[in-house]
Amino acid sequence: MTTTDYDRNVVLSTQNDFKVVGTRPVRHDGVDKVTGRAIYGADYDASGLLHGKILRSPHAHAKILSIDTSKAEALDGVHAVVTASDFPETADKTMELGEDETKLRDLRGNILAKDKVLYVGHAIAGVAASNPHVAEEALSLIEIKYEVLPSVMTTDEAMADGAPILHEDQTTEELGNDSGVVSNVAKHFQHIKGDVAEGFKQAEVIVEREYNTVTVHQGYIAPHNGTAFWSADGRLHIWCETQGSFVVRDSLADLLDIPVSMIRVTPTEIGGGFGGKIPIYVEPVAALLSKKTGTPVKIVMSRKETFEGSGPTPGSKIKIKVGATREGKITAAHAWMAMEAGAYAGSPVGAAAQCVFAAYDLENGLIDGFDVVVNKPKTAAYRAPGSPNAAFGFEQALNELAEKLGMDPIDLRLKNVATEGTRRVDGPVFQRIGAKEVLEAMREHPHYQSEKKSGSGRGVAIGFWFNIGFDSACNIALNKDGTVNLTEGSTDIGGSRTSIAMQAAEVLGISAEDVRPSVVDTDTVGFTAVTGGSRTTFATGWAAYEAAQDVKKQCIERAASIWDVDAENLQMEDGVISSKTDSELKMTLKELGAQLSDTGGGITGRASVKPRGVGGSFCGNIVDLSIDEETGKITIERFTAIQDAGKAIHPSYVEGQMQGGSAQGIGWALNEEYFMNDEGRMTNSSLLDYRMPTALDLPMIDTVIVEVANPGHPFGVRGVGEANIVPPTPAIANAVYDSSGNRITQLPMSPVAILEAFKS
Amino acid sequence: MTTKTHVQTTINGEPVDFLCEPRQSLLECLRDVIGLTGTKEGCNDGNCGACTVNIDGRIVTSCLVLGVEAQGASIETIEGIADGTNLHPIQLAFLEGAALQCGICTPGFIVATKALLEKNPDPTEHEIRFWLANNLCRCTGYDKIVRAVQEAAKKMQEA
Repeated sequence: MTTTDYDRNVVLSTQNDFKVVGTRPVRHDGVDKVTGRAIYGADYDASGLLHGKILRSPHAHAKILSIDTSKAEALDGVHAVVTASDFPETADKTMELGEDETKLRDLRGNILAKDKVLYVGHAIAGVAASNPHVAEEALSLIEIKYEVLPSVMTTDEAMADGAPILHEDQTTEELGNDSGVVSNVAKHFQHIKGDVAEGFKQAEVIVEREYNTVTVHQGYIAPHNGTAFWSADGRLHIWCETQGSFVVRDSLADLLDIPVSMIRVTPTEIGGGFGGKIPIYVEPVAALLSKKTGTPVKIVMSRKETFEGSGPTPGSKIKIKVGATREGKITAAHAWMAMEAGAYAGSPVGAAAQCVFAAYDLENGLIDGFDVVVNKPKTAAYRAPGSPNAAFGFEQALNELAEKLGMDPIDLRLKNVATEGTRRVDGPVFQRIGAKEVLEAMREHPHYQSEKKSGSGRGVAIGFWFNIGFDSACNIALNKDGTVNLTEGSTDIGGSRTSIAMQAAEVLGISAEDVRPSVVDTDTVGFTAVTGGSRTTFATGWAAYEAAQDVKKQCIERAASIWDVDAENLQMEDGVISSKTDSELKMTLKELGAQLSDTGGGITGRASVKPRGVGGSFCGNIVDLSIDEETGKITIERFTAIQDAGKAIHPSYVEGQMQGGSAQGIGWALNEEYFMNDEGRMTNSSLLDYRMPTALDLPMIDTVIVEVANPGHPFGVRGVGEANIVPPTPAIANAVYDSSGNRITQLPMSPVAILEAFKS
Repeated sequence: MTTKTHVQTTINGEPVDFLCEPRQSLLECLRDVIGLTGTKEGCNDGNCGACTVNIDGRIVTSCLVLGVEAQGASIETIEGIADGTNLHPIQLAFLEGAALQCGICTPGFIVATKALLEKNPDPTEHEIRFWLANNLCRCTGYDKIVRAVQEAAKKMQEA
């Protein structure tokens, strides 16, 4: 890498009058994580611990005729075997699961299959044994008789007339009404704005294409895991890696038919998630095994199980039609999107529909979405779920349109960009957003201004992901040395406890180091929704802000009572309480802390919030690449990510989100895919054959943080976790076209796919 | 039950004896038998590098080494990198450079980086990326890891 003549990590700040917000302190959990002391789910140990393993289906679609566990139960060292029949029979209901909803029956069926298996890797039975090897041996002794059924692996197969049906009782919800037709299409919905037919009549240039993507996985390095202990007093305690400890608690309460108050979930440190650790998989099985044995049971998935038995993000078929005037004003756009839900309804096609046109102010738009079940693992969230698939289509179509119009692709986007007041095709009206500022920063970036290397191709694209608000809680207690302990319930995947603590520090006027944040269990803090939807720094940060305001108010009141003055006359700045009128009256938080016990007891601030002022985030990419024409291998030569963060609380970790999302997007673009054979089995379920980017595959990833403050947050924060994975696939496809004249409409753009495209 | 084998090793400078089954990997022995859980399991087939340890001066993925093979070996794990309460310059560089997010891959990266800098105190960016290509990180995109390694190399050369 050559030395550059520009700053590779820029923050374009609009507001800099903060003392802590916007700085880069060392994270509070850092030392534990660089010394190996941090306890992740698989590291958890307990007295008398048993090890669980899960038997999984070898068939993509089959009826279970019988299950005989007697031989497994008889094996030395085996303590218990459980199957779906060990779940209590409860009435079906719709459950809120973090960002998604699901039917209780579907969740239960996914955790342990009852009458039918719906994908290779579908869990059927759990075994608890004295060690993992014995548990594995026991699995091979469970005898199951299957009646194998034909399977469907893609939306095309699943939607075809006469397709094998996964769920005989699933009828299509057609534009909001039950059609009564039994089908693999769980739902077809539409969003309409304006008059698309009329808009296309006005168009002078039209681009129309179909794009296809395949199943990919989040690829977190720590496989799913969980330990359960069902105590003799009826209380169930879970230790696991999750993005939402309260989601685990509430899901278990429904599945096991016990009150939430009987369940305590302790989130351990979490080895990656990206959305994939919102749903539960092994925890209920461990709980059932613990109930039978009376001892703690730990289950850790293997890598193969993680690929086959957790929730990847879907393959999809997307058809885009977009028309514009000669001047580049888009007159109409239509997106037709079908996404694989996996074995149970609930693909991210709904979110994809909210994102596909979000960056643009369209007069006439139509979106058709199809949620389709197939014989693959039930999909789960993966970083901006659905949006990358949609952008792979629409952001390529826009570049094609720009070429036909003879326009710069960024100028075309700016001509149609969404701003405050724009009504999206799916309905909502944008508050202040930063799409325009991101595009302008792209156009002005030294990367975009530079000459391309000879033989290189350059591509651009942008992407959108909204934020969610949801519930968060936070408690802050003042210590006698003037520092504070902060407890919150958002499991920390990427440094969020520090960005939350920094917001409290800013309010209290103390350093980030003087706030000690802890992510605590579900018995110890108020209800907090998932770490997902780019909400944690936004919403739990807001809870910390409110709790700190509560502490500040109490500190002032306490000082007023100590000095016997009116609290109205006091202020607190930089961690010092002082009088506005009497310069003699001054007290540091440390001095106040030392007197707490003698002056009425401790001070604890608290807040539970459900903020509404969420602001979405836009991210743009500029990518340069070269293609080896002999091998078809693409080399990413230069990559720039530009994202609107509202206000970057800890810029290093915002950059980290941008660089990480970019890397995942690059992997998705170039190599990652589930290779499924004719029997519906994934044939590359290892980290050798499922090819995620290594350090050697990537260049430095340059970043620009654009700060367009979110008016709906005290510090202007926008969630930044997800939008960054959206633009890489279309930006890379656009660069491949720029380099070679080949329009690639299928992911991944692997060497084989590139060579084939070049041939035709 | 399988008969266990008595294995004598040195781990992080201390003599350690343990009993293990022939089928148990060194990774399992470190984590489940000896209780050193800083070494992580991400794949159990040598492809993610989270379980990287140093055996007699060579880095290996400990999931691909049998516990019984460690007989007589000197092993360094993440728990042996810091000198008491003094963090190693590589650990400091990772902390200060925000070169970790979830942190599960970090022990493997630090053990691998230490071996690199012992062999090549002033590596180029390409040499760093090549050396660390056996360690997968899914959070950072490697940018800040590469920078942390460069920073650590600089600090160690200055020292």
